[in-house]
Amino acid sequence: MFGKLTWQAIPFDQPIPLAAGAFVVLGILAVLIWIVARGYLPYLWREWVTSVDHKRIGIMYCLLAAVMLLRGFIDALMMRSQQALAFHAAGYLPPEHYDQIFSAHGTIMIFFVAMPFVIGLMNIAIPLQLGVRDVAFPTLNSVSLWLTAAGALLVNLSLVVGEFARTGWLPYPPLSELTYSPGVGVDYYLWALQISGIGTLMTGINMVTTILKMRAPGMSYTRMPIFCWTSLASSLLIVAAFPILTATLAMLLLDRYVGFHFFTNEAGGNAMMFMNLIWAWGHPEVYILILPAFGIFSEVVSTFSGKPLFDRRSMIVATMAICILSFMVWMHHFFTMGAGGDVNGFFGIASMIIAVPTGVKIYNWLFTMYGGRVRFNSAMLWAIGFMVTFLIGGMTGVLLASPAADFLLHNSLFLVAHFHNTIIGGVLFGVFAGYVFWFPKAFGFVLDERLGKAAFWCWLVGFYVAFVPLYVVGLEGMTRRMQHYDRPEWHPWLLVAGLGALIILCGIALQIAQLWVSIRTREQRRDLTGDPWDGRSLEWATSSPPPAFNFAVLPQVTSDEPYWSIKQQARAKGQLLSQEPDYAPIEMPRNSPTGFVTAFFAVVTGFSLIWHIWWLVILGLVCAYVTFVVFAWRDVHETEIPAAEVARLDRANRAVRAEALRAQAPR
Amino acid sequence: MSDPSDYDAGSYVGTERQPGSREERTVAREVRGYLLGLSLAALLTVASFWAVRTHDIYSSGVSVALLVLAVAQIGIHLVFFLHITTAPDNQNNILALAFGVLIVCLVVFGSLWVMLHLNHNMVPMDQLRRMQH
Repeated sequence: MFGKLTWQAIPFDQPIPLAAGAFVVLGILAVLIWIVARGYLPYLWREWVTSVDHKRIGIMYCLLAAVMLLRGFIDALMMRSQQALAFHAAGYLPPEHYDQIFSAHGTIMIFFVAMPFVIGLMNIAIPLQLGVRDVAFPTLNSVSLWLTAAGALLVNLSLVVGEFARTGWLPYPPLSELTYSPGVGVDYYLWALQISGIGTLMTGINMVTTILKMRAPGMSYTRMPIFCWTSLASSLLIVAAFPILTATLAMLLLDRYVGFHFFTNEAGGNAMMFMNLIWAWGHPEVYILILPAFGIFSEVVSTFSGKPLFDRRSMIVATMAICILSFMVWMHHFFTMGAGGDVNGFFGIASMIIAVPTGVKIYNWLFTMYGGRVRFNSAMLWAIGFMVTFLIGGMTGVLLASPAADFLLHNSLFLVAHFHNTIIGGVLFGVFAGYVFWFPKAFGFVLDERLGKAAFWCWLVGFYVAFVPLYVVGLEGMTRRMQHYDRPEWHPWLLVAGLGALIILCGIALQIAQLWVSIRTREQRRDLTGDPWDGRSLEWATSSPPPAFNFAVLPQVTSDEPYWSIKQQARAKGQLLSQEPDYAPIEMPRNSPTGFVTAFFAVVTGFSLIWHIWWLVILGLVCAYVTFVVFAWRDVHETEIPAAEVARLDRANRAVRAEALRAQAPR
Repeated sequence: MSDPSDYDAGSYVGTERQPGSREERTVAREVRGYLLGLSLAALLTVASFWAVRTHDIYSSGVSVALLVLAVAQIGIHLVFFLHITTAPDNQNNILALAFGVLIVCLVVFGSLWVMLHLNHNMVPMDQLRRMQH
């Protein structure tokens, strides 16, 4: 009846996961009870869960990422404390549990923190920057969000029911094959990623279509904001690379479930093919994450330096060059697997070449700041912190790109320090800059600057204290994923690294405090003008938060920095605002529970596949299909917002805005 | 500032117009196009079965013939079913196709190159087996 699922799946004998699981379950229950008791449930369902508004979907993506960041960071703290304690000792985490923790840490941080945070910011900003009303496929967008959440739920479910993979964040065979990983851990990993991978692929398609087909009148490709360009490159990479991941994981699933031999040692299988294919996705994946972050930094640096971005064209060319080159370097992840000098040499040089367009970008940002009146807002601090940190990460990357050096450093903590250097210093700092930058646009009030700056300094200092020691012990020969060790010269460095993780913990605590304080004092920090940073692109042309239809009339784009020129023209005429437009009715897509219902059945299907509950698999798939059919046969696609209502909302916004601008004017 | 009546106030969301569609397309022409595509695709399929079964083709040439027929099949599908044309409004589709072909070639030929070299530098499998026993 319930396949492999029995009461033994719940780890009653292991206090740590049991306590953590109980804490999480009780926390979710408490939140649910609070929501129901306060009567928020209908509101949440109508306005958020079923919403197809790109801004709300973006906010929910970011919320998912923030919660998962806490989960992933707790894993990180456990790993750092284990390694700080486990010198000549067993530490407090048994090996099988420690292995699950580092696997979950990597999986969660990449797939359920970095990806949703980046995609969330893309959702919030791109349609606004393009000057349009929504993404190309709004309901599909909701489906993507909820499928990503479904994957996150399955990964976290493994904490309480069963176990997670012990194979690392990429399940290399033969370890991940049924012979060596007979438990459900790898299955949790595989099905969670298959489900959320579909969501990511559909987001990629959605974003490519939005950017290519739906721009405000007059916005040619070269006039698109840089964030849109980098998001386009990133979405193209999603569309090209995620099918490889899906196919590779599907092959491993066939091996595990129906006895195929793609990656086994017997019957002609070849485990090396898994490394090859997974990294053919995996290397583009790191550019999927970092390119939108580059775009955020471009927007932030240009806005807070009060200057147009230095040489936009070279930035665009560099972005597209990285987009193509990212598919020509994957083999550097397995230099040591025995390919000859020809192959290693080619991929080593190709990897080093990627540093060239990236270096072009660094100079673009530096020259944008040069001669500008730089305002050191916390978003700008994240950007400057990124430039220094990412440069170091990039240089250790070029070092690792040399096959000869890689033979010494492969799988060492030097490598771990390198990719944290680029992912924390690049992607995470980027999304934090974007969070500070677009928060007022999404919610209508600015975040507290003092706590924001304190959080930045804790993160920056904590990062260096945590990861420079890992570079050192890596050079001294310490491999990654060690549960215990007996080399006395490593111990002090790992103690320091543990301290660094605690400093980062302070940074996260300060960010939570910042959010809390900002919400409590939101009335004093309202952004009435819709343009808190003296912005340059179109998202600042509408109110904060924007109305459901974003723009009362679609803006006419006449330059690279459309909103900046609108402001310049209005100022030249001595006006506060541009003239009132003619209002017309607007058609908006209707909210739909399709995404949530589909994802619910995806969780049911995934869970029953993991536990071999075959009747439930069939039931889940049939219900998901029925959901699709019901959606496909819907009669009403859109609601119309009448012109009078558009005019009323827009006039109210204009009045508030004019008032705020008048108050600012005498200076 | 331009006249407000220049603004395109209509919503882009949910418009029914399909990318690249043109007015002069009639149902009859569409159906004719699909039927032509179907018959060409069927012809190529039959031809590939014939190429395998016949002895008129030099035996090591069969795989080359299959390759040519397969590429032609891809072309037929792209033109008749996915409506790739050289029209200016088709630029995005052409670029997307080119990008896709580039990535597929990079991954397929790159993988072949990498995998052949991995095996090249390994002890051959049968030798390894002998060493194990």
